[in-house]
Amino acid sequence: MCGIVGLFLKDPKLEPCLGTLLAGMLGTLCDRGPDSAGFAVYGLDAPAGNVKLTLRTLPDFDIGGLLERLERVAGTPLPHRVRDTHVVLTVPAAGEATIRAELASIPGISVVGAGRRMEIFKEVGRPDRVTTRFGLAHMAGTHGIGHTRMATESAVTTNGAHPFTTGPDQCLVHNGSLSNHNAVRRELIRHGVTFQTENDSEVAAGFMTWKMREGASLEETLNASLDALDGFYTFVVGTAAGFGVLRDPIACKPAVMAETDRWVAFGTEYRALVDLPGVENAKVWEPEPATPYLWERH
Amino acid sequence: MPTVDLANTSLRDLNAALHRLTLDTNETHWRVLNPRGRHSVAAGIDVPITVAVEGHVGYYCAGMNKQATVIVHGNAGQGLAENMMSGQVRVKGDASQAAGATGCGGLLVIDGNASARCGISMKGIDIVVKGSVGHLSAFMAQAGNLVVLGDAGEALGDSIYEAHLYVRGNVKSLGSDCIEKPLQEHHKAQLRKLLDSAGVNGAELGEFRRYGSARRLYHFHMENLGSY
Repeated sequence: MCGIVGLFLKDPKLEPCLGTLLAGMLGTLCDRGPDSAGFAVYGLDAPAGNVKLTLRTLPDFDIGGLLERLERVAGTPLPHRVRDTHVVLTVPAAGEATIRAELASIPGISVVGAGRRMEIFKEVGRPDRVTTRFGLAHMAGTHGIGHTRMATESAVTTNGAHPFTTGPDQCLVHNGSLSNHNAVRRELIRHGVTFQTENDSEVAAGFMTWKMREGASLEETLNASLDALDGFYTFVVGTAAGFGVLRDPIACKPAVMAETDRWVAFGTEYRALVDLPGVENAKVWEPEPATPYLWERH
Repeated sequence: MPTVDLANTSLRDLNAALHRLTLDTNETHWRVLNPRGRHSVAAGIDVPITVAVEGHVGYYCAGMNKQATVIVHGNAGQGLAENMMSGQVRVKGDASQAAGATGCGGLLVIDGNASARCGISMKGIDIVVKGSVGHLSAFMAQAGNLVVLGDAGEALGDSIYEAHLYVRGNVKSLGSDCIEKPLQEHHKAQLRKLLDSAGVNGAELGEFRRYGSARRLYHFHMENLGSY
């Protein structure tokens, strides 16, 4: 099971509604994945020379104390926004490494995403409650992707929740199960990729991170995934400019896409798309197996 | 004509109402509004009525259908008319995976395309797809007819038993034990009948090619013993 969604807005007038639309799509897919949920929203750019870090903290973490400590290390005030257990922190790009090093020394904190535009939020619990906790309905942006999880390959934990980041402004959601993830994980660890969980989807994210770090484009990376990853999968990969979709060659996992002149949407099921404006006149189709699809704004 | 709006009636109530109908019912034409991709719409009907569904449906629409005619004015999700016994199911748009799966009888007509595994394990159903079908269609097909006016994807008829496959367009590849066979006059007569019942006019029968089982796979062969 699991449910995944993606929404890419062509019409800037819809941007203030991105979060509302995405929350509706995820809410519909609660019954495909009641264990945890997560989403990535591509909103406002960080100011020039800055990067946004999304931090996940344990419940009841002293976020005020954390910010004080980080600002002391950075030597400058750090604009931030707290959303439930997550903090989106804007840091000078030049100081990112120092701040990351400091964060790595603090137990109970993990950096779940980084980039100029991307913010990632994920937690255990029913997807509609998770999106409410983070206030997704009030978030604006150009595009976003999301996931509702029914755990099969590893434990129900926040670290096992999607999306998994694959690099700056990039993240992955996955519907399916990989059968060769242990072998691929061992190989990637030899290439210096680190993993936090036993989760199969994190391996797919790690593989893509590694490929792109080696200089591959997103399209080349998706094509390489077809050879490297065995099992069932439909992937949606968010990027700064849009999103990509890839289904395995057997295409066991369902996938529906729809497009109007105002938006492009992906859903595990058509049900997830029914509240999008003008869906009744949308072009609706299934992505072909083993074929990367990319929607990006240029 | 009973009209059921799924915006304010539950799917269970709709299906229960359809299941309560008796053979002598006067409520022979039903309309279903706002399906919005819901699963199992009009599944399990066993009376000769017509149900028109106005919009896209989710999984297993008209599953296990007997006697009824179900018309979907939209697209259908996975498992459309799965295990149909008799009657007709017609979809004006596209159908997702496994349309007509394990169907034992009746007629399934898809005006658009059907994706992967159309007619998987079909056991007597007739399927006419006016567009194309995806990979592994008619996988392990046992009986019945699959007619495709467009193209067929990879591995058509893999491990097929005795179903008849007619394809007008290109076949990307044939599956294991599926071969092309001559299109003889009695096949043309059968094909004409299927096209007529699906409302397809003007198709040139000579443009179709017939595929079926080479019958090498499903009998036990001593020389294959080492493979078991």
